[in-house]
Amino acid sequence: MDKIDRAALELREMDELAAMKSPVHFMHPITKLIITISYILTVVSYGKYDLSGLLIMALYPLFLFSLSGISMGICFRKMRVVLPLVCAVGLFNPFFDRTPLFSFGGIVISGGVVSMITLMLKGVLCLQASFLLAATTSMDSLCAALRRLHVPMLMVTLLLLTYRYVSVMVQEVSIMTTAYKLRAPGQRGIHISAWGSFLGQLLLRSMDRAEELYASMQLRGFDGSFRYAEGKKAGFPDYLWAVLLPIVFLLLRKYNLAELTGRLLMSAGS
Amino acid sequence: MHMADALLAPAVAATMYVASGTAAGISIAKLKKDENTQKLPTMAVTAALVFAGQMINYTIPGTGSSGHMCGGMLLSALLGPYAGFLSMIVILAIQCLFFADGGLMALGANVWNMAFYGCFVGYFLIWRTIIRSGWFRNMETKAAIRLKIIIASIAGCIITLQLGAFSVVLETSLSGITELPFGSFVALMQPIHLAIGLVEGLITSAVLVFVFESRPELLQEVNSTEKGIANRQSLKTTVIILAAVAVVVGGGLSLLASSNPDGLEWALFGNAEEGYAENMGLDEEDFGVKSSAADTAAMVQEKTSFLPDYAFPGSESAAGTTVSGIVGGALVAGAAALICFIGGFFRKKKRPGTV
Repeated sequence: MDKIDRAALELREMDELAAMKSPVHFMHPITKLIITISYILTVVSYGKYDLSGLLIMALYPLFLFSLSGISMGICFRKMRVVLPLVCAVGLFNPFFDRTPLFSFGGIVISGGVVSMITLMLKGVLCLQASFLLAATTSMDSLCAALRRLHVPMLMVTLLLLTYRYVSVMVQEVSIMTTAYKLRAPGQRGIHISAWGSFLGQLLLRSMDRAEELYASMQLRGFDGSFRYAEGKKAGFPDYLWAVLLPIVFLLLRKYNLAELTGRLLMSAGS
Repeated sequence: MHMADALLAPAVAATMYVASGTAAGISIAKLKKDENTQKLPTMAVTAALVFAGQMINYTIPGTGSSGHMCGGMLLSALLGPYAGFLSMIVILAIQCLFFADGGLMALGANVWNMAFYGCFVGYFLIWRTIIRSGWFRNMETKAAIRLKIIIASIAGCIITLQLGAFSVVLETSLSGITELPFGSFVALMQPIHLAIGLVEGLITSAVLVFVFESRPELLQEVNSTEKGIANRQSLKTTVIILAAVAVVVGGGLSLLASSNPDGLEWALFGNAEEGYAENMGLDEEDFGVKSSAADTAAMVQEKTSFLPDYAFPGSESAAGTTVSGIVGGALVAGAAALICFIGGFFRKKKRPGTV
């Protein structure tokens, strides 16, 4: 499938995911935003050799995936774009950092190997957290939340409008690419003779479209900002989660729970 | 070139957020001053177009590979730097949220690396300077402008991509993420982005020349040169703005660099706290009695502490840490399986009610 068609499908998929019903979807968007940001900050703050401490943070996305009923596969499919850079940066660590950290069954594990795995795990966890936020929150409620957080109106309106038009434009480009491909079989992309006109044509049409759009918006009384219907009010559980989860993350960061319980079990066993 | 959250330390990410936020605040203030609500739909539609347009593959003649166009230059040439910058932010935010391209925490850095350079440096220092310049004066006006557009787009894309790639290296290195020495990382990133920049510049120039030939009024600056009107005043303000933002970023980053020891050092100290904590505790008790030897002992300790864990007499404790870490890891895995099971159970129970 073409890149552009896949993008169209992915946009639709995200909209469908956000329209699902689950306890995570019903949570207040601001709460979700606070939790996600505090989670990402916590994950990123782990030391580069602190793999055992980081492992327990993997429970949070797992828990949310499980609770919201969203398939983890979709998230991993999306990661193919950005993960290579993280992996490429991490892959050099074993070569440069050969300090032995510990030996396990006779094999000496170097610091580079641990830091590489930690880096990749961090990358995956952070992406999962932001994916979960986007997949369980519709764009409208996300924008309303941003507005409540006093993000400038211009920015929020632009985000909302652009999001609306991204699917339209992706569709148009997809149609044009298909038409082009049908007339240029066996060619891998746009030929140099059409580099300017291909996107240029669409650009000119879009500029006209933008003017029409503005005219129609003005006819409906647009004054530079959108009105949001008062969304769901934050209830007690929303406040509770927004305070509780960041504290839990902080505690988990401070105390390595995995190692502590492991040590407890070991001492109990001996 | 999208950076992921994992490549940034929180302090670096925060600095980049402040820097990008400042630039965004200035842009919003500039646009508000114009009170031009008509620009909003145009910005949105153009941003959406660039978003979709970046997915088009252009065949590079003579090679089997393909390239993409450069969003920042195109947007600032069409919308101006301020509107272009805001549109780029929105594109990056959508890419980050809906396509997992980049990260929520890395958004500030990504905006800086891709939008700031592309829109502000690309526009003020390259696009506007070249379009306004008196180059090719002996040629026909239209042909001269066409040549200037081509040169400006190619130079703009190459320079802004180089700056962006360098920033990626700088931010990653400051975060202490990679063991790759700064020099080799730069040597790895810059040449790749030189080639990418050249191709992106060619594609961007093709699109802009097409726009110029059919609707020259859509391009920024092009008309003002035709009319011979040059708004010289704003150059000074923009230079001031650029300088102010550069000071904010430079100051923030240098503060970071001085207050935080470099990544490797930090990791070493972090390690020492965990790994040797028990050894240190034991030693301190011993030295407490013979306090006269404490200084010498401390010196010895300092020297030996750079040896790896297992060289210490207390190596059992280090091994114990590892084993208990692995046992703990297994427990986490067990908990994960349990969570998956419980979640599935709840959903199955709820499904008849919700559907």
